[in-house]
Amino acid sequence: MIPLPTGLRARLVITFTLVAVTASMLVATIGFELAKTALVTRTERTSMDLVVRELGGVDFPVGRPRPGEAAPTSRELNRLAQTMSAPGRSVVVEYGDLVSVTGPMNLRDVPNELYGRAKQSVVTQRRVIRGELWLIVGTEVYRATNGVPEATGLRAFVFFPMRADVGQLDTLRARLFQGGIAIVLIALVVALFSARQVLLPVRRLSAAAQALGEGRLDTRLPVHGHDELAGLTARFNDAAAALELSVSELRSLEAMSRRFVADVSHELRTPLTAMTAVTDVLSEEADRLPEAPAEAVRLVLREIERLRELVEHLIEISRFDAGTATLNLEPVNVADAIDDCLGTRGWNEQVKVNASQGLTANLDPRRFDVIVANLVGNALKHGGPPVVVSARSTENGLEIRVRDHGKGIPREALPHVFDRFFKAGAGRARSQGSGLGLAIARANVHLHGGTISVRAQEPGTLFTVWLPHT
Amino acid sequence: MRVAGILLVEDDPSVRTALELALTRQGHSVTSYATGEEALDHIRARRPEIAILDVMLPGIDGIEVCRRVRKLDQLPVILLTARGDDLDIVVGLEAGADDYVVKPVEPRVLDARIRAILRRAESAASDRITFGDLVIDRGALKVTLAGKEIHLTPTELRLLLELVRHPGQVLNRRYLLRAVWDHTHIADSRLVDACVQRIRAKIEPKPAEPVFIHTVRGFGYRFSPP
Repeated sequence: MIPLPTGLRARLVITFTLVAVTASMLVATIGFELAKTALVTRTERTSMDLVVRELGGVDFPVGRPRPGEAAPTSRELNRLAQTMSAPGRSVVVEYGDLVSVTGPMNLRDVPNELYGRAKQSVVTQRRVIRGELWLIVGTEVYRATNGVPEATGLRAFVFFPMRADVGQLDTLRARLFQGGIAIVLIALVVALFSARQVLLPVRRLSAAAQALGEGRLDTRLPVHGHDELAGLTARFNDAAAALELSVSELRSLEAMSRRFVADVSHELRTPLTAMTAVTDVLSEEADRLPEAPAEAVRLVLREIERLRELVEHLIEISRFDAGTATLNLEPVNVADAIDDCLGTRGWNEQVKVNASQGLTANLDPRRFDVIVANLVGNALKHGGPPVVVSARSTENGLEIRVRDHGKGIPREALPHVFDRFFKAGAGRARSQGSGLGLAIARANVHLHGGTISVRAQEPGTLFTVWLPHT
Repeated sequence: MRVAGILLVEDDPSVRTALELALTRQGHSVTSYATGEEALDHIRARRPEIAILDVMLPGIDGIEVCRRVRKLDQLPVILLTARGDDLDIVVGLEAGADDYVVKPVEPRVLDARIRAILRRAESAASDRITFGDLVIDRGALKVTLAGKEIHLTPTELRLLLELVRHPGQVLNRRYLLRAVWDHTHIADSRLVDACVQRIRAKIEPKPAEPVFIHTVRGFGYRFSPP
């Protein structure tokens, strides 16, 4: 399963990672800044100390000349510059017109702002010059005259290279970055692990809910721990148990009512058998009776016939409901079977058949007979002539079409024609049919693994049955 | 109209009376009993031509009565099944019933079945045919195997003669149902299968490996002697 970005796992991982990245960035930034400040402060202090110490040791006369003093020479300035100089360092010493320089820098590299400030005190500034960072310490030498310090005009600017400090800070940054990556990776692993911890019960619950939905009502989950997920699992188990109970109650009620229908139908069969046996006697006698009693006898006979069909259909339907309907497949000549079906019921004259003689299919002949009889019977009763039955072989099965040319079934009634006791149109005579014929036809088609459908035609109705090759 | 002596066993008094009434009206002479035991006691004395047995009977049921009748003689049997349940029918046919009808049955249908079963096998002009040990005398309607007479019920005899009349030819079940049982109805091909099984049990040396009547899967049966 590829987790979508909307998935719980992805969301957990993303959240964890974001938190880890933010936290490690914050920590690294603060740490880096602190280290940097400390380093810079230290470097500045030592540099300033050095400059102050060296300049404190100036032994040649500067400033307003006192009696007996000669102005300093450039040699003395150079010497002063030399004392402060070191490898990598650069020193600029200025006194009036004299400028002494060691190293690559000169007076032009001293920023004006620093130059100005250097008159008052020891000042520092960090500055990138020609691609490298330098710490510039500048100051003016003061000379005590009668206990009052007096500016002498001797200014010194020392350029301390900060290459080493930058290098240290770079190393620190790299270390912090590596540490950050490691923390994020650890966070990722932890996120995946905890996502799994959360998702495993969720997935189990989801699978259980699916099983429940598929009808396995005895699905239960073990409850571990006392957290919210355990609570949810316990609720799920309760719900499943309640569902199972009510479904089993409903099922047993339904089974009871089905059994009742089946039992009633069977019980009705015995008196019907007795009545049916004497129908011939009655119908012959009716001809000799006066008009009114004859009509009464004929009515009774008609109703016996109707009751018989109803009971037969109820028994048939209850067999489907009980799941005891079985399929006895055998090779059947389709044209012959249709012929037999129509012949037995005396419908040969009323129905036109289009089926090639050679067409055979693996069918349950009794059920096939029931399907055709119910569809044709329906067409004859409710539709109009001509009624046409056609059979043809399709790529993967057998197709039977029953077409009538009557007034047709109202469009809104079409989806319900296969429902039990559904009568299309209130105007249809109640006395015609059991109302179960098409439901039985459909059940028989489904038992074969086939399909049945109905479509309105101009005029009439077309029923199409498809039975698969087996 | 042929009058047949019918033995009817049916426990429900109304159904019994009604069937008696209807069959008598069709011209048959009917003797009826409420239980199988009673019927079996009287069967010898009455010598009916056909028995109609309800399957659901108190005491021994119709199928058991059929089985016992078969042991005694070749009396044709029609079972009256209340359910039309497949199991009942299969068991009934295995017990030797010639045909079955499902309640509630129309008197005309029942009468047609009775007449079809009682229809005598037609005697042929040419008399006897010999297939090894099996000798079929079509004139005398007698079958002997290795000199011993085989007792076939009328239905079995008619089916055998029908097969023998078309040696080497495959006859489908529909054809046989019409020729032997007079069924124009979409009848149950299990009638044919059960009857073939019974004939095989009587004439085949090894019924599981038949040499006379061969099954052609998906079509029907063929009589082709070795």
